[in-house]
Amino acid sequence: MSTDSPTVRRTLPPFGAELQERLAAAFDFVGVRPSSDWAALDCPQEKIIGLIELLRDDWGFDMLVDLTAIDEGVEAAPRFTVVYHLYSTERHEYLRLASAVEDPAEEPEFPTVTHLYPAADWHERECYDFFGIRFRGHPDLRRILMWDGYPYFPLRKDFPLAGREVDLPAEDVAQATGARVEPAPMMGGPFRAIPGKHMSDAEPRALDESWTEQRERPETGEGEYRGLPEPPREP
Amino acid sequence: MSTETRELSIGDLPTRSQELSEDLHGEQMTINIGPSHPATHGVLRLKVELDGEVVTSCDPVVGHLHRGDEKIAENMTYNQFVPYTDRLDYLAPLANNVAYAIAVERLAGLEVPPRCQAIRVIAAELARLSSHLLGVGVYAMDTGALTVFMYTFTEREKLYTLFEELTGARLTTSYTRIGGLMRDLPEGWTGRVLKFCDQILGRIDEMDQLLSRNRIFYDRLNGIGVISREDAIAYGITGPNARASGLAMDLRKDKPYSGYEQYDFDVPVGKSGDSYDRYLVRLEEMKQSVRIVRQAIGNLPDGPYFAEEARKIFVPPKSKVMTSMEELIQNFMLVTEGPQMPAGEAYFEAENPKGALGFYVVSKGGGVPYRLKIRAPSFCNLSILPKLLKGLMVADIPVILGSLDFVLGECDR
Repeated sequence: MSTDSPTVRRTLPPFGAELQERLAAAFDFVGVRPSSDWAALDCPQEKIIGLIELLRDDWGFDMLVDLTAIDEGVEAAPRFTVVYHLYSTERHEYLRLASAVEDPAEEPEFPTVTHLYPAADWHERECYDFFGIRFRGHPDLRRILMWDGYPYFPLRKDFPLAGREVDLPAEDVAQATGARVEPAPMMGGPFRAIPGKHMSDAEPRALDESWTEQRERPETGEGEYRGLPEPPREP
Repeated sequence: MSTETRELSIGDLPTRSQELSEDLHGEQMTINIGPSHPATHGVLRLKVELDGEVVTSCDPVVGHLHRGDEKIAENMTYNQFVPYTDRLDYLAPLANNVAYAIAVERLAGLEVPPRCQAIRVIAAELARLSSHLLGVGVYAMDTGALTVFMYTFTEREKLYTLFEELTGARLTTSYTRIGGLMRDLPEGWTGRVLKFCDQILGRIDEMDQLLSRNRIFYDRLNGIGVISREDAIAYGITGPNARASGLAMDLRKDKPYSGYEQYDFDVPVGKSGDSYDRYLVRLEEMKQSVRIVRQAIGNLPDGPYFAEEARKIFVPPKSKVMTSMEELIQNFMLVTEGPQMPAGEAYFEAENPKGALGFYVVSKGGGVPYRLKIRAPSFCNLSILPKLLKGLMVADIPVILGSLDFVLGECDR
């Protein structure tokens, strides 16, 4: 395409920029995080709880609206970033705080903010559920949207969209039927093109290989056809 | 025969439950409410510990409707995800569409034309009307007043007809696209909306008369499930539930988006934060929505309904796709690879019927989000349940659940 991208606003609206400057001046350990909407700061893991407490008590950020994480990829170090969105109900201002999880373990640890914001309880449980980040000091850290005993962390980048085969959570049903939780069929999509390819290859494809023609059809011997029974023939 | 009037008091509930437990030494009992129970408005499951009829602890189990929307979003283009937003708060799909589109547009720094903004406001406010109609109607049914439910569903049916004319679908509207809308308003639609607005106000008054001073309804709601202003802030409660607690917080006023600053409307705020206040706030919000819709239609600007200059984001008109090579390629690229976004991140919250619906979009460039977090108001509003239900009676559970007006499709994502 020959036309340029739309008018992309790469600067903060004035109030957010002002706040970001003031915060960066007040706390020497924070870094300014590139942002196009609200004030945003990067903070090292060991300082984050102290910073949030100060922001809550002295800067009026009394509401934790969101807490989540980003998986930067299997190879990335540090791999996970925890992102907070704070809101001030007095001044109507958002603030984004990001902090890299330094712990490289399979189930990395990160300090909790549940003692500062009760709202963090469910958010941190969700974050643990999806990314496997253990929030140190959380009163009741267990899965929330997936079932107890689910072995994977689905929002990690190395977890496939279709899911993985696991045991059925209901043991009695599993024993009676032998059923397991199976990966979802991907034939129905999502269909999308991989950018950067030649245009003739850029036709949107489903992620499931069985959708494409390259995969061999399963072998069916003669007489194994299990469709409709053949109509009776006239003698 | 003379009648005698006596004041009967049931006393202070916590004290009473204390007395009860001392009197009876009741055996603790664990019961399950849901996931399939009419009062749970979907598939919420409550594990409740009871001492007689008094709830001593409650553990909400959510996730029965979890579909992995956030994972799915990472695997499809921005526009392909629009139908998934219908299925978040499926009582107000249009409002979700609008919130999602604005969030991604914030990422691109894109402003849509005034006509598009106004149509989005009309759509979002009609969605609020439809959601609150259901909220109030079902709530009345939960507390034992069946008639109001019939009234509200009649009105919702009219709204659904309007949605169908607007989008082609009653429930799964998918009306917005990144940078614009699916299509412009149909002919004569605004007139029909105004006609609907004229008669809905009378219906809301009728509901008010049926319910608000109904002794049984009032007694079941008054003073039940009180959320203090401090708790509302601490638990991240938003929307009508927060406003009923005296927290004057409405993103349409505080952080105006989509041109909400042009409209004149009031934000109803409650005093005590109990179930009755939450009901009253919803009732009043419906009237305010009608006000906004009327103003938006009255001053509906002319012009395009999509951002024409955003050629890497919004598809060209079909007539040009069929006749011009450049537009054909543009259309092909946008459909296959998705709207092209700059790298960066954006967080946007819209004032939805259930509260602040937030989308946190992280992009590494290209047509697919790297991470999309949905901040569901129902999820946050439900997190206060363990605290709210403690010390109340079993019969109060449906009253409180109904008053919080949550949707599990959004909570579980």
